[in-house]
Amino acid sequence: MRPRSATGLLRQGFLMVAAALALFPVYFMTVTALKGSDQYLDDKLGLPWPLEWGNFDEALRGGKFWAWMVNSAVLTLGAVVFSTAVAAFAAFAIARMRFRGRDVLLTVNVALLVVPPVVMLIPLFVLFTQLSLVSTYQGAILIYAGLVTPFSVYMLTNFFRSIPNELIESAVTDGASNLRILGRIVLPLSVPALVTLVLVNSLFVWNELLIALVFLPSDELKTLMVGLTVFRSRFNLDVPVTMAGMVLSSLPMVVLYLFGQRFFIRGLTAGAVKG
Amino acid sequence: MLRTRPWVPYLYVAPMIGLLGLVFGYSMVRVFDFSMRFIRGASGPFVGLDNYDLVLEDPTFRLAAKHSALLLLAVPILTVISLLVSVVLYERIRGWRFYRSIVFLPYILAVPIVGIIFSYILQLNGVLNEALRDVGLGFAALDWIGSEGIALWSVLGVIVWREVGFGIVLFLARLMSMDEEQLEAARIDGAGWWQRLRYVIVPQLRGTIEFYAVVATITMLAWVFAYVYTLTQGGPGGATGIVELYIYNQGVRNSLPGMAAAVAVLLLGTTLVLIVALFRIRARAGEEATVS
Repeated sequence: MRPRSATGLLRQGFLMVAAALALFPVYFMTVTALKGSDQYLDDKLGLPWPLEWGNFDEALRGGKFWAWMVNSAVLTLGAVVFSTAVAAFAAFAIARMRFRGRDVLLTVNVALLVVPPVVMLIPLFVLFTQLSLVSTYQGAILIYAGLVTPFSVYMLTNFFRSIPNELIESAVTDGASNLRILGRIVLPLSVPALVTLVLVNSLFVWNELLIALVFLPSDELKTLMVGLTVFRSRFNLDVPVTMAGMVLSSLPMVVLYLFGQRFFIRGLTAGAVKG
Repeated sequence: MLRTRPWVPYLYVAPMIGLLGLVFGYSMVRVFDFSMRFIRGASGPFVGLDNYDLVLEDPTFRLAAKHSALLLLAVPILTVISLLVSVVLYERIRGWRFYRSIVFLPYILAVPIVGIIFSYILQLNGVLNEALRDVGLGFAALDWIGSEGIALWSVLGVIVWREVGFGIVLFLARLMSMDEEQLEAARIDGAGWWQRLRYVIVPQLRGTIEFYAVVATITMLAWVFAYVYTLTQGGPGGATGIVELYIYNQGVRNSLPGMAAAVAVLLLGTTLVLIVALFRIRARAGEEATVS
């Protein structure tokens, strides 16, 4: 038993170190957000005392966190709903209908999964400037929806294919139309896949910086991520207030993660693991 | 398969084709076109390969390309760390689910948030150097993001810190679906931990490891803008300039879309090679799945 418990201890130690490394920046952000400026200068590593909740008030006064979050939420909601709808129709046809070009469409989607957004940046920027779509919700929603659609189509096609044929056959015998089969049978059975998809795509849009920076430059349309970079340069020297801002901004996703971990992990590894 | 009139499926896929056609199709065609024009406003005169010449002679671009290439060193680092942590987690030691949640947490945090937090941790008078001095390692307290020689490696470290969570969870998911008989047989034959890893686990995970390596390569080449933008803005003195930042600066800030487009084409070409590699891996994984 002795060697086994020794290696067990070694493994526990290894994982503890890994966990500590993973958590340290989160720890630093949280404790710093609760320190006064002097306390931060004296002791950057230690626990905060007394707790300086005023940092949060000041962060909220100095940055338009609510407005930024609303902007991010509008974009995320718009892009995810739009892309999921477009992808659901397409995936239904690709998975369940026979037509010329079907396999090509799926292959194109898989290939587009890895095309980096920065490649599309310049042409879209020039086009959107011409069409006056820069600094509009619609323009940015269109780009984000396009960027997440290949993954959505790929994932939904795989899922729709796994739905038992008998269920669909029997609906056909009952005289259900294609749209009805999609709405009443395929989509309700796909709720787990849809939840995962919505979560993963939301995470992408919510966290994205480059597109938001270029396509939503006007002050009242800034997303949370762009707002943060502005906020940081404003409070550059006041580290505790900056960290209070970071805590506020990371809360929504961290809370979602704590409640829906299973969906996150499943969704983010989907498509990568077979079976 | 559903029976439909022949044109019906096209109605279902039409919105997707329209959307992808605009965002990807149009842009990818135009980026080629732009790369061969002197763009003023929305278009401009044809100049052949002049933009490519300009770009390839631009020291800033060369430096950026070199830095992007150096960042590829993160790929083996990410792969090895992910593999080690996932294998230890797979042994289902006490609390493995808890550890999994913790090591995946960084991947949930938005890159700009991560970048900003680390920019304070890594400051010359930041918490990392304070901690190093506290434990008597003051000589190792460096200007992590402020000195030209080290900044790029600090950026690399931050990227590894966040991206490794994905690799761990990916490998762990594959391990869980692995056939355990071989592993058990190896254990009975007296194979040690290292031998089991080397001769049983790694061969079985080969497809996943290759897939992850390709994905990580593409990430390092073309998805790290937000790290650099929030950590160093490409500084000090261009020491952390990367290809994506170059495209952004030339195309959006300096209003030189032609040069930016030329770089985008070069980047697209590089990713295309990687996409082909990815398809090969998937095709082979498919064959293996049908054989076994």
